Amino acid sequence: MSVRHALLALLSEGPKYGLQLREEFEARTGEVWPLNVGQVYTTLQRLERDGLVETTNGDTGPVEHDAPGAPQKAYRITPAGSAELDQWLRVPPDLSSPPRDELVMKVLVAITVPGMDVHEVIQAHRTYLVQLMQEWTRLKEDEDGSDLAFSLVVDAELFRLDSVVRWLDAADGRLRRAMADGWTPARTAQATMPALARRRRIGARQQ
Amino acid sequence: MSILELRSISKVYGRGAAEVQALRDISLSVPAGMMIAVMGPSGSGKSSLLTIAGTLEDPTSGAVLINGQDVERMSNGAKARVRRRTIGYVFQDFNLLPGLTAAENVSLPLELDGMSARRAHLAGLKALEELGLGDRARHFPDQLSGGERQRVAIARAVVGERSLLLADEPSGALDSANGESVMRLIHTYCKRGTAAVVVTHDAQLASWADRVVFLRDGRIVDQTMPPAGPETLLEQSS
Repeated sequence: MSVRHALLALLSEGPKYGLQLREEFEARTGEVWPLNVGQVYTTLQRLERDGLVETTNGDTGPVEHDAPGAPQKAYRITPAGSAELDQWLRVPPDLSSPPRDELVMKVLVAITVPGMDVHEVIQAHRTYLVQLMQEWTRLKEDEDGSDLAFSLVVDAELFRLDSVVRWLDAADGRLRRAMADGWTPARTAQATMPALARRRRIGARQQ
Repeated sequence: MSILELRSISKVYGRGAAEVQALRDISLSVPAGMMIAVMGPSGSGKSSLLTIAGTLEDPTSGAVLINGQDVERMSNGAKARVRRRTIGYVFQDFNLLPGLTAAENVSLPLELDGMSARRAHLAGLKALEELGLGDRARHFPDQLSGGERQRVAIARAVVGERSLLLADEPSGALDSANGESVMRLIHTYCKRGTAAVVVTHDAQLASWADRVVFLRDGRIVDQTMPPAGPETLLEQSS
């Protein structure tokens, strides 16, 4: 989550104070991503340094920094800030390379450990994930749908966890079929050289 | 007391070389107000479990108790009454009768149970209205959307205050919004005291349940813990 761009988005509605930004950020993200006030001010300082926001005295235009007796500083987005926000919203995040997923690693390692019941390992993860999903669904259950941001966040989390459960299901099925066909861990190590090179290329995009 | 109790249920189909052990030593207890989801890959025994719980099939060994009554000791007539009055079934493909309107589909089980046509019709209408389908009462199944058909099927399953709802992939072919509203409905009935067992391979749907039981090769291999408070997730992220 880019706090920087979230703050720009909030400021695109009009000038706001630091504390107000924190409250609105938390409310708009369904209060799922807490933000400390220090993080807000550090980010605002950087945005100001980069010319993306400027400080104002309410609506009276730019003011001197730390002027004695000055009222609390409000922040306003600059045209460069609006352009940056617009650009950020449209640029897709980089999802081209597989992330180094710890759960995937655990399953890959489990199939190489002699005597390990991989199905049991998979089930332990599946139970944990479904339990987490139950907790998210319970949050949804209490919500009547009026808090749109919150519903979107809960959906995103449920779909993400669901995709992991589905991968586990698929992995479970694939393993069973492979074992029925006489698969052994040693055969995994015999991947052909061209196949390895191709796989490394996919991984290399990450760097 | 549990509405549904399965005690060491096993089920074997076929004999000799063709023998298939569909369920092995399944024990499960579903009290009033609880929704249990059963998850497992195809062939894990989910559907057998549901047909046995619904008294549509007998277990090879073990006992099925419905409201404390051992099904095996019931006469055929008593079993049929339990099926009509106590248990509501929801199937993946809705199983509505195409020649009957939505209201007639819903009131049919009541009429079959001996209620007068007029009273059954009123009860059917009320059930449909509760599900937001009052204006669809006179429509035939083929005039309804998939989501509406499944809601009619749920109305039919709960009409007459039945205490046990059994659902096999209840949102099978529905999109995620309709699937969710089906689960929300079942959940609402459970909060009013109905017990429910929902069989599904979909983790998002299963996550509506109070407890999720995992089935594999006819055995319960694991289950989720009882619900923690709704605040735990938010606490974790702060």
